Amino acid sequence: MKTRRIDNYGKINRDKILSFSWDKKNYKGFEGDTLASALLANNIGIVGRSFKYHRPRGIFSSGVEESGALVTIGSKDRRDPNVRATTQELYNGLEASGQNAFPNVNFDLAGINNYLGRFFAAGFYYKTFMGIPPLEWGKGTAIWMFFEKFIRKAAGMGSASGLPDPDTYEHAHDFCDLIVVGSGPAGVAAAIEAAEKKLDVILVEQDSLIGGNQLAENDFDNSQIKNQLENLGIKIMTRTTAFGLYDNCVVGLLERVTDHISAPNVNIPRQRFWTIRAKHIIVGAGAIERHIAFNNNDIPGVMTVNASKHYLNRYGVLTGKRIVIATNNDSVYETANQLSEAGANVTVLDSRTNFEIETNKSFEIRKGYVPYNINGSKKIHSLDISKSETINKSETIDCDQVLLSGGWSPAVHLLSHRGVKPKWDYNNACFLPSDTKENITMVGSSRGLWNKNDCIASGIAGTTDALNRLGISKTNYFFPKPGGWKNPIQPLYEVKYKKSRSKSFVDYQHDVTTDDVRLAHREGFISVEHLKRYTTLGMANDQGKMGNIIGLSLMAELLNKEIPEVGTTVFRPPYTPVSIGALSGRNVGKHFRPLRVTPMHQWNIDHGAKMIEVGLYQRPWYYPKENETLSDSYIREASTVRKTVGICDITSLGKIAIQGPDSTEFLNRIYSNSFSKLQVGKARYGIMLRDDGIVMDDGTSWRLAENEYFMTTSTGEAAKVMSWLEELLQNRWTDLNVNVTSVSEQWAGVSVAGPKSREVLNNCVDDSLVVTNNNLPFMGVTSTFLKGNIPCRIARISFSGELAFEVYVKSDFANTMMDLIWENAKKYDGCLYGLEALGALRVEKGHVTAAELDGRVTIDDAGLSKMASTKKSYIGSAMRKRGVLKNNDREILVGFFPTNLKETFNAGTIVCEKNNIKGQGIGRITSVTYSPELGHWIGLGFVKGGLDKWKDTNLVGADPVRNKQMNLKVVSPHMIDPKGERMYA
Amino acid sequence: MIRINCPYCGERDHSEFSYGGDATINYPSLDASEKEWTEAIFFRKNIKGFQFETWHHSNGCRMWLVVERSTVTHEIKSVKPCHPDLQKVVENNK
Ligand SMILES: [Zn+2]
Repeated sequence: MKTRRIDNYGKINRDKILSFSWDKKNYKGFEGDTLASALLANNIGIVGRSFKYHRPRGIFSSGVEESGALVTIGSKDRRDPNVRATTQELYNGLEASGQNAFPNVNFDLAGINNYLGRFFAAGFYYKTFMGIPPLEWGKGTAIWMFFEKFIRKAAGMGSASGLPDPDTYEHAHDFCDLIVVGSGPAGVAAAIEAAEKKLDVILVEQDSLIGGNQLAENDFDNSQIKNQLENLGIKIMTRTTAFGLYDNCVVGLLERVTDHISAPNVNIPRQRFWTIRAKHIIVGAGAIERHIAFNNNDIPGVMTVNASKHYLNRYGVLTGKRIVIATNNDSVYETANQLSEAGANVTVLDSRTNFEIETNKSFEIRKGYVPYNINGSKKIHSLDISKSETINKSETIDCDQVLLSGGWSPAVHLLSHRGVKPKWDYNNACFLPSDTKENITMVGSSRGLWNKNDCIASGIAGTTDALNRLGISKTNYFFPKPGGWKNPIQPLYEVKYKKSRSKSFVDYQHDVTTDDVRLAHREGFISVEHLKRYTTLGMANDQGKMGNIIGLSLMAELLNKEIPEVGTTVFRPPYTPVSIGALSGRNVGKHFRPLRVTPMHQWNIDHGAKMIEVGLYQRPWYYPKENETLSDSYIREASTVRKTVGICDITSLGKIAIQGPDSTEFLNRIYSNSFSKLQVGKARYGIMLRDDGIVMDDGTSWRLAENEYFMTTSTGEAAKVMSWLEELLQNRWTDLNVNVTSVSEQWAGVSVAGPKSREVLNNCVDDSLVVTNNNLPFMGVTSTFLKGNIPCRIARISFSGELAFEVYVKSDFANTMMDLIWENAKKYDGCLYGLEALGALRVEKGHVTAAELDGRVTIDDAGLSKMASTKKSYIGSAMRKRGVLKNNDREILVGFFPTNLKETFNAGTIVCEKNNIKGQGIGRITSVTYSPELGHWIGLGFVKGGLDKWKDTNLVGADPVRNKQMNLKVVSPHMIDPKGERMYA
Repeated sequence: MIRINCPYCGERDHSEFSYGGDATINYPSLDASEKEWTEAIFFRKNIKGFQFETWHHSNGCRMWLVVERSTVTHEIKSVKPCHPDLQKVVENNK
């Protein structure tokens, strides 16, 4: 097939030939090509099949508004679907293929949908929920279920690889005084003016080259501009799209770093997601040419006029030989001149009758003519035209290309992201940006300026506006008036043509036709937001950049209103699609969230620990010996603690230093129980409530000195408690003289638990007298030294119910402490134990943790009423007895046994009365474990009315998720050693 | 993205901060009635426009701040420390 490339045109590098493949066939292009220009040069007209009807689709544009040429780039794990061929730069070895077609885009079996159009009309998806009219056949979910698999299959434009993404992405940040979006004449003028006024400027361009739409001009050379910008110290970011504007002049950008390179360096990210914080934003994002709706306006060979100019002057591709241009405005005539000079036979249909325009007279202008039907299916054979929009006296022109210009829509998208509604301009038949109080200024054709000098003037005015708003200058300025063509535009959105099965497209990408819009209106969708969702107009990944205005004009006509009364849909970020990879950046895999490890993390692993995540923390889960499973291991560990001694890393607990003369008063206010009489050298378990009377957290506070405490919190609530204490001191009790400091990272902690724990510690401390029962009674605290002169804090605190100690050293001594204690524990056949055994021990004792204290539980629900002082007021004391919190049927903490002791159950099991197994039941099981001590499974949980009400009744545990059910017995939560004799030993 | 000008650290992204709540509540004394506490905790004005709210510079200096922010535009008029003594210190250092 003959190439469409012509000599002496374009800015491509003809010395550098690139080979690429399209649907597995090899072709050649040049450096500087896009995939679209290379396909056009190789005379490939059909590049895809449409979304619903599988009609052949060609290339409609030369930019981001493309709604036809969506292709898949790459293969295997690098397969990237829905890439716009018009913005994909060509590189050597690029593999591209068509989408939404089987077996290929030239011959697609699903093309039959074209003849089933009635079933795929507006709201098809929704109608499948309601049944097929007129009998509403299949009403209900059945028909949806029936259609769903077809719809899902048919609806995918290209498919993702389904494999892990092999590329890397990164997040980057920058700051500047002024960010200029768009490097057309307006943006460049603004940037230069600002840099000359000493502002720190970043200029962003989505294209690979700066210049904006000037790149479509045959005599444009950007090298001088580039030098000037660089010499002024302006940071130029090409291949970078400002996809969203956010509060306080924050701009989100996507930089495509390697998408244009055939074998990128693996150490370079594929894309970079930039967050740039500016003081002012100037948007010169240009304008987008619209098409015109008429029958068969989607046949390959239809294109915007400006796109054809781009292909000619930038890429040296003459897109047609016999070209008809249909327009309603002046912007096409320069292109018409150039296309005919390049050798095409050009005819211009201008819907206007009364206008004068200068041309090189090498082509015919048919004043007052409009196109109404294209003949052809896979390519254009001829165009039916008519004088005036009411079709009479028709005529047919042979042609191979139809170029459309229905006017221009300023790219107001970024401003729309800030909630600024554009206003309709009747003179220019387009939406123009409204003013905003934020530091954002629109310049160039984004504010409806159609000629270059006006654009340049607006750029300079934009920077003056920025300088004024930033308080740097106070200079008068004015923006040129919108417009700039010699003759006014005459609105032309649709040419109606009544013929069966005629399809006149508003939104090419989602296959939305003018009939769909009318049908939606007939069915009662009169709000533009509803229309959009019902027809899916403008909801494809081009977001209706070309077609939205046409859809609005149709609605306006149907509603007998003007376009501004119908409204416009709100544009939301992103302006063009952003890959999930770029959004996640490096936060994938193990970097998905921060990892916290304790200072003895490696020590634990070296000693055989299997780890588990608790919040962000890695904690030892269990320490299996040889072939032990998790259950083997934790049962052995828990039994060893009860028999001899075990040691466990508890560093992840929150630790807060509380210092100052009012420390005791402070603790007395935040804990529900009294701390006023706690002696120096003693610790106390405490419960904190929230303002509303619900339990916030529990922990211990150790009185180290008259005005100094060491507080521990649960692992999960550590950060919250710290913020809470700071809030109280800074915002509420500003008269209290207390200082709180997080020391969680500073101290490494270990629990030494079991009947032999005192003997073990005796061998570890410098002075063996400090841990005797007399010197360190239950809840006693001492600051002393471990062997080797290591300062430590020891408290006799028990979570397991055994004689137990918590030992803390500075984090740097963690490994030394572990070595020392473990060496001595081994002498008593002790063990290392992890979270699973810790859980078993505490469930046996009925001690609550986050599983029970889930933010819904009161101190009474948790069975800890005796921890609520009646002699003082504290946070939550006024509220803990309010309304529903004092109901008799609240769920109260209890223990559970399976009635048949051989049975097991799971946390999450719903507790029900025997003959009433439904809904949320009367309670729930929150924690379960096998109890080595009791020899069967036990659970903790809640039941309405508590132990007293149910102790002699058989209840049922329903576990529908696991398809399990068992009989339950309610018991006291204190399932072993209820009097706590072991702790006091 | 909201940018908050912390009096201690300078202007930072809101992602460094945690939102607290209404900064205008006068918390009752701990021994006040359930009714007073209910009003303090649960009853809030739904302000359209500027409101005073607390923010915690949790990933920064850890100071609690009173931020005067528009609920419509996110515009921030003023940022002050919560603690009145610290407010004075900041004022004096201006
Ligand atoms: Zn700060």
